[in-house]
Amino acid sequence: MAQTGTERVKRGMAEMQKGGVIMDVVNAEQAKIAEEAGAVAVMALERVPADIRAAGGVARMADPTIVEEVMNAVSIPVMAKARIGHISEARVLEAMGVDYIDESEVLTPADEVFHIKKDDYTVPFVCGCRNIGEATRRIGEGASMLRTKGEPGTGNIVEAVRHMREVQSQIRRLQSMQEDEVMVYAKENGAPYELLLQIREEGRLPVVNFAAGGIATPADAALMMQLGADGVFVGSGIFKSNNPKEFARSIVEATTHYDDHKLIGELSKGLGTAMKGEEMNEETDRMQERSE
Amino acid sequence: MTTIGVLALQGAFREHIRSVEASGATAVTVKRKEQLETIDGLIIPGGESTTIRRLIDKYEFLEPIRAFAQAGKPVFGTCAGLILLASEIDGSYDVHLGVMDMSVRRNAFGRQRESFEADLDIEGVAEGYNAVFIRAPYIERVGEDVQVLARYDGHIVAAQQDHLLTCSFHPELTDDHRLTAHFVKMVEKSKRTLAS
Repeated sequence: MAQTGTERVKRGMAEMQKGGVIMDVVNAEQAKIAEEAGAVAVMALERVPADIRAAGGVARMADPTIVEEVMNAVSIPVMAKARIGHISEARVLEAMGVDYIDESEVLTPADEVFHIKKDDYTVPFVCGCRNIGEATRRIGEGASMLRTKGEPGTGNIVEAVRHMREVQSQIRRLQSMQEDEVMVYAKENGAPYELLLQIREEGRLPVVNFAAGGIATPADAALMMQLGADGVFVGSGIFKSNNPKEFARSIVEATTHYDDHKLIGELSKGLGTAMKGEEMNEETDRMQERSE
Repeated sequence: MTTIGVLALQGAFREHIRSVEASGATAVTVKRKEQLETIDGLIIPGGESTTIRRLIDKYEFLEPIRAFAQAGKPVFGTCAGLILLASEIDGSYDVHLGVMDMSVRRNAFGRQRESFEADLDIEGVAEGYNAVFIRAPYIERVGEDVQVLARYDGHIVAAQQDHLLTCSFHPELTDDHRLTAHFVKMVEKSKRTLAS
C-alpha cells in the first residue's frame, strides 16, 4: 500500500536538492530564468526580502495567483513561504500543491511563541536556525529541511556564516561529549535529548541544512558550501543584481564546484554589480530574532 | 577491486556512495569527465534532471557518458538518472543521453504531496522491496531489448537493457541495498567480459 507524506519521502525530497541553488522569484519570467540557469527549485514570493525590508509593514504569504503562475511556468519544485505559526497559510499552500513550505522569519510572524506542528502535513517544511537548539526544535516539530537564518535581504553574508559555524561547532562539541553529558547540553540549549543523541552518534543533522540569508555572489555561495552547507538559497542576490541571468548561472556553478577556486575566479570576472547590500549595525532590523 | 563512480554534479550522491560501499565495491564521486576512464561502472543519481543536464552540458559530460555506455560499461540511472538515460521524454525526442530504448514521463505521479513509498517486487532481484518515489517519473513504453523489472500501479518503474539499469525510485534512501548490489554484480560481470 502506498504511503504519502512519510518522513522518508519528505526528507528525501530535500536530499534531492543537495548541492543545488534555490532561488527567490516573484513571477513566471524570473522563475524561467532561474530554471534555465540550473536552479533546483524556486521560492515563489510577492517581494524578495530586500524589498520586504524596504517596504516595512506586515509581510504575509504571497498572493496565490503568483504562486500558481510560478507553478505553471516551471517543472522544477516550487516552494512558498508561510508566516511562522500561521497554520491557515500553510494549509492553503499545501492545498495548492506547492512542493515545500518555508515557515519563514522573513514574513511577519503570526505566532510569537509557537511554530507550526509540521509533521501533521503531507507537504514538507523548511525552517531557519541559528544554532543546534533551534535546529533540533524545528526537526522535533517536523521540519524536513533546515537553513541558516542569516539576515535576509541584506546581501551581507556575515550572519549566515555565524549561524552555519555555530551549528557545525555545536555538532562537533556534541560528538566529543560523553553520553552522560548530553542531558545537560539538551537542557542548556532547549534541545530534544533523543535528537541530540542521534546527532552525536551520526556526526550530522538528520536533515539537510542549506545556507540562506545574505548570499550575493558566487564566492559567497562557495564559502557557505566550504563551511558545510548542503546547498544554498539565494533571495535578493540574483534579481537585485544588475545581471540576473549571469549571477544565477555563476552561483549555480560555484555551488557545484565550491572547492575549485580558479573556476570561481573565472565565474566572478566581469559579472557586473552585485546587489548593494547593507552593513549590520544596531539599527538593522534583525529578522533572525523573530523566532527561536 | 571494482570501482563504481557516482556522478556528483547535484543530488543525492552521498547516499549512493554509502550504498555501493555497503554492497562491497569501491565508490568514488565523479565531477570531471576524465574520471570516467578510472571507473568500471557509473551511477547517475536522483536530483533535479534539468539542473544535472545543465551541468552535464557545462562540463561536457554528454558524449563521454554516451561513449562509456556504448563501450559496454554498466550505467545505473535512478529517478533523474532514468530521465537522462531515456530515448524519449514526455513524448518528445529532445533527449539527454538517449541510450536506453524507452519513453518516460516526468513527474508522472504528481507533485511532492503525491510522493510516496510502497513495497514492490523487482524481478530476479528482490521481493518486498521498500521503494521511495519522490516527484518520480515512470516508463511509458520500452523497446524490445529492454526487460521490465518492476511495475507499480501498472506503470513500469524499473528496467534493464543489457548493461544499463534504471529505476524511477530511490534505492539509496533506504538501508535495503539489494538493487545496488544487483548493479555491483552487473559491473563485476562486465569487467570480466571486457577484460577477456
